[in-house]
Amino acid sequence: MTTRNVDVFYGEKQAIKDVSIDVTMDNVTAFIGPSGCGKSTFLRCLNRMNDTIPIARVTGDITLEGEDIYAPKMDVVQLRARVGMVFQKPNPFPKSIYDNIAYGPRIHGLASSKDELDNIVETSLQRAGLWGEVQDRLQDSGTALSGGQQQRLCIARAIAVDPEVILMDEPCSALDPIATAKIEELIHELRGKYAIVIVTHNMQQAARVSQRTAFFHLGTLVEYGVTSDIFTNPTEEKTRDYITGRYG
Amino acid sequence: MNSSATFVEERNPTDWQNDAMQQRIRKRYAAERRFKALGISAIILSAGFLAFLMIVMVGNGLRGFTQTELPVEIDFPAMTGGASADQFKGANGPANLRTLGVQDIVNTSVQIQYGEEGSELFSAGGWQAVNQEILENPQIVETKTTLYLPVESEIDVAFKGSGSETAENKVAELKDRLSTGFNWNFLTNSDATDPMQVGIWGALKGSLITMFITLLIAFPIGVLSALYLEEYAPKNRFTDLIEVSINNLAAVPSIIFGLLGLAVFLNLFGLPRSAALVGGLTLALMTMPVIVISGRNAVKAVPPSIREAALGIGASQMQVVFHHVLPLALPGILTGTIIGMARALGETAPLLMIGMRAFIATPPGGIVEPATVLPVQIFLWSDEVNRGFVEKTSAAIIVLLLFLLTMNALAIYLRNRFETRW
Repeated sequence: MTTRNVDVFYGEKQAIKDVSIDVTMDNVTAFIGPSGCGKSTFLRCLNRMNDTIPIARVTGDITLEGEDIYAPKMDVVQLRARVGMVFQKPNPFPKSIYDNIAYGPRIHGLASSKDELDNIVETSLQRAGLWGEVQDRLQDSGTALSGGQQQRLCIARAIAVDPEVILMDEPCSALDPIATAKIEELIHELRGKYAIVIVTHNMQQAARVSQRTAFFHLGTLVEYGVTSDIFTNPTEEKTRDYITGRYG
Repeated sequence: MNSSATFVEERNPTDWQNDAMQQRIRKRYAAERRFKALGISAIILSAGFLAFLMIVMVGNGLRGFTQTELPVEIDFPAMTGGASADQFKGANGPANLRTLGVQDIVNTSVQIQYGEEGSELFSAGGWQAVNQEILENPQIVETKTTLYLPVESEIDVAFKGSGSETAENKVAELKDRLSTGFNWNFLTNSDATDPMQVGIWGALKGSLITMFITLLIAFPIGVLSALYLEEYAPKNRFTDLIEVSINNLAAVPSIIFGLLGLAVFLNLFGLPRSAALVGGLTLALMTMPVIVISGRNAVKAVPPSIREAALGIGASQMQVVFHHVLPLALPGILTGTIIGMARALGETAPLLMIGMRAFIATPPGGIVEPATVLPVQIFLWSDEVNRGFVEKTSAAIIVLLLFLLTMNALAIYLRNRFETRW
């Protein structure tokens, strides 16, 4: 997935200025930066979730496997199936665990039989590392799980429609350290199967889970590169200041 | 560390015990007690009014479900010239009964037992009870039978409570023979001029049909409008105008809706007067704004995270709305619908405008036949001079309240069923 010269406006206000980033399959890409720097806004451009905000306007090129996702002929419903999303606060549907996972495959017609659907649900939950914990209670409500389990359920739900890219918008900010560790472990395992983009406030987390890191500041992309370089040897002074905790 | 120590020394601790402070605390507690007392007295007052209403209604109304009767011995074999029970069985029964002349038979029997003026003691339509009895139980035409027939209204009133002087005298005269029975007519008949013969069924059926039409029109249109306005419509001046208009419509006096119904449904579309269809449409106009407003609030209350979750895995806007938003908003929408329907059920004024206040003596057979509804029937009976209608009015109010309670209970049951536990 590539982006070139992306600008985002909320009404008159420019939230993202001229951002160009490549997201690749074999890497986890982390977006870091102080609050309000536009990293979530940029993330939400990648699956056109900004479409739901009437005043938001996006210019520039964002392509998924060479297809312009903002082209008029792009089907946004299919795009969001190909670019899945996990949100800051776990948001399972108030339905059973099974139905939470099965919802995506059902609306996209990915399973032709009950067995196939069962199979998708099981694989998705296994990939999200949740199968062992919930296999006996698939009919229980998804909202009855703990926060960390709910977030993994949401990841499983995103996986179930077999996306190419998974966007994670601060997926651990509402979770305790143990649940966070599980999610990070999961991100490690998913790496290579899906292109993963994660927005995080937690720099240690970015350092732990990602191979590429982009540092945003006031809507601009300050620095983008290999994670270890960014953290040990940043080229920009702003990045260094942020990483060493001088501001942000 | 040093500076904080000095701070403690310099600090002048609040004296919670001094008089001014104590008095302020007392005042605060007193204000709290006053507020509580006010609240409790408000509740007691409203409960008192409710209890008063219930006692008066039930006290008067229960008498409306009973009737005073006198026994009449009818010697069927002698008077019919030996009619057989078989004649009144099956499909031909009613036709054969008409040729029998039951009214004359009853009149003659009454005159034999109660003298020349005997007929005046009985309700004019009382003989119909005999008709019914024969159809249900044809065997009686082959025997000498004693039947209990409803007395005339004034005597009925006098026997149940206090009536006019002449009626009281008659009651005193007949005291040993008068008895009280359940007034089945009240549950099966429609409006009549004689309070002994009136019934609630016509109005009840009219209300049922009208409510059904109201719900059928107002609920889907109201809910879909609410969904469209909240989930699809762009936020601009035009939709603001629509929102303000809907809020205003909900506050428009109901009689205006009656005029609207009269102008549109009767004059413009030429629909029949007094019909349940027109009543239902008019009440639907009145109920729709209430459903739209409560529906919008319920839709607004659905957490945005659910919409995002569904959008995020590629659900279309419509799938988001119908798979996630609507089910979660449904309990709230139903609550608003209950309120709207309860208001519509008790509404009289708009229905008067479209002619539903006519005297309608047969229950409506369909949506375009003349009908009346419970509140209008209550209004009409409360206007009657005849004292016998007083208890009928109260009885009709009981029926209306029971109808309302049943409707609300059903709606609450449905609401709880759809309620999602988080």
